[in-house]
Amino acid sequence: MSIDAGTVRKVARLARIAEAEDRLEPLAQELNGIIAWIEQLNEVDTDGVEPMTSAVHTPLPMRDDVVSAGGDASVITANAPKTVDGFFVVPKVVE
Amino acid sequence: MSSLTSLTLKAAVDGLKSKAFSATEITQAHIEAVEAARALNAFVLETPEKALEMAKASDARIASGDAGPLEGAPLGIKDLFCTEGVRATAGSKILGNFIPPYESTVTSQLWRDGAVMLGKLNMDEFAMGSSNETSAFGPVVNPWRSRGSNQQLTPGGSSGGSAASVAADLCLGATATDTGGSIRQPAAFTGTVGIKPTYGRCSRWGVVAFASSLDQAGPIAKTVEDAAILLRSMSGHDPKDSTSLPIEVPDFASFVGKSVKGLRVGVPREYRVDGMPAEIEKLWSDGIEWLKAAGCEIVDVSLPHTKYALPAYYIVAPAEASSNLARYDGMRYGLRVDGANLTETYENTRAAGFGTEVKRRIMIGTYVLSAGYYDAYYLKALKVRRRIADDFDQAWQKCDVLLTPTAPSAAFGLGENSNDPIAMYLNDVFTVTTNLAGLPSMSVPAGLDAQGLPLGLQIIGRALDEGTVFSVAGAVEQAAGFRAKAEKWWL
Repeated sequence: MSIDAGTVRKVARLARIAEAEDRLEPLAQELNGIIAWIEQLNEVDTDGVEPMTSAVHTPLPMRDDVVSAGGDASVITANAPKTVDGFFVVPKVVE
Repeated sequence: MSSLTSLTLKAAVDGLKSKAFSATEITQAHIEAVEAARALNAFVLETPEKALEMAKASDARIASGDAGPLEGAPLGIKDLFCTEGVRATAGSKILGNFIPPYESTVTSQLWRDGAVMLGKLNMDEFAMGSSNETSAFGPVVNPWRSRGSNQQLTPGGSSGGSAASVAADLCLGATATDTGGSIRQPAAFTGTVGIKPTYGRCSRWGVVAFASSLDQAGPIAKTVEDAAILLRSMSGHDPKDSTSLPIEVPDFASFVGKSVKGLRVGVPREYRVDGMPAEIEKLWSDGIEWLKAAGCEIVDVSLPHTKYALPAYYIVAPAEASSNLARYDGMRYGLRVDGANLTETYENTRAAGFGTEVKRRIMIGTYVLSAGYYDAYYLKALKVRRRIADDFDQAWQKCDVLLTPTAPSAAFGLGENSNDPIAMYLNDVFTVTTNLAGLPSMSVPAGLDAQGLPLGLQIIGRALDEGTVFSVAGAVEQAAGFRAKAEKWWL
């Protein structure tokens, strides 16, 4: 499996990271090096092995669905780049 | 006041309780040490006023007989922990001037127990790195230097600021985090003690997320006993982290100094890697001899999937990171770089805010999770992760703890590995396995190499058996008799 500049463009788009056109080829080479190294995993026989998604063998705890925090917009918006009257201001999304 | 900064945490807490000196005095001594050591770049934010305010409150509690277990002890906090009203950056530009409106559970427990915050410690950006060179604030410099050399060395990473500040006597102990070795490798590079506890011991709430199924907080300290004291305060169930374990926290310090007679110590043969310096081989053999002399039984064990741990990690961790770091979109906090539309604003913000290594890992993670590759890479890695965890389960049939080197080399020069990501990743070859399996593991300084640089041994335990890890670490510490300190060239 080889990553080309087009794949890097697509992945960068998915990751929402702007990359200059002239960076795509060097990035492709870099990522190919890492992915090639990772592909040694194919040597491991994993037939019938259950994927391990958590390091803890306990079921997820349940709690009552109640409001435990909130109600202070000024705290939530205190670090925002732009706010008006307790709202986040974001670029226009809907035309 | 240098005598107050050279104390262990245990000696300092005892001295404070017996009123041999005040919290204000010991805090002032550490504030001065921090100011005098700016050449190390260990702190990204010093908070001397807050420290003195906290020390004053500690002195009042000591006077009224209400002292907590860490009362008046000045600590450093890795900048991955959210601290209420005090900037947190995760070593990144993307968080900008983020001032958390809340306190992480781990740090809140340290303050509950009376500790004093000296400031926030430098680290690799989002804890992604093994040399501290990915920090947006520039690398931390290791207090240690090769004999007769002025070359600047890495303190390791990602908790480089934590390890350097403890090694340089800038604080009595520090918080750190470990996703693939970020507590233990820096501890080994700086002659300090560091433990990554069992996954779920310490709450992740309020700790900036890197790879949630691997991230664990833990302390870096001057001694095994100090690490035990700090870990007890940092641990405990937290309903705000669904992976936090609802179990009792043992008095870890009570295990330090306990006899290790009769314990079975496993020596995994796969940890003998090609190109490992002879001095590390030698140190490992010394460790085996020390434990044998202390009455342990040495057992040869096999962890056959060890060599696949790093490649599996470099799928799992970036995959989780690409998802976790999606939150940095420039809308609700941190940096925003405007574009012509919403998508361009996202893209510009993230391009400007993230550093090279973080972008690289987000790209790998996005790629392995993308349509068509999910099964081939991500699912495969999760299955290999199971194999690695199963290896440990097999080993525990034959032994109680494992003894290995912590890192495959001593501290290297800043800039030496930064052009080759895979060479850098190999630093974590001995540490990453326990993050994948969720096991407790600890680095103890055990000797110096020919250049006079510290080397560490790693002790790995069964899940939730930190107690035995502390006992064995205590035995190694005692036998090694490691007393060396970095020369304070920055003064």
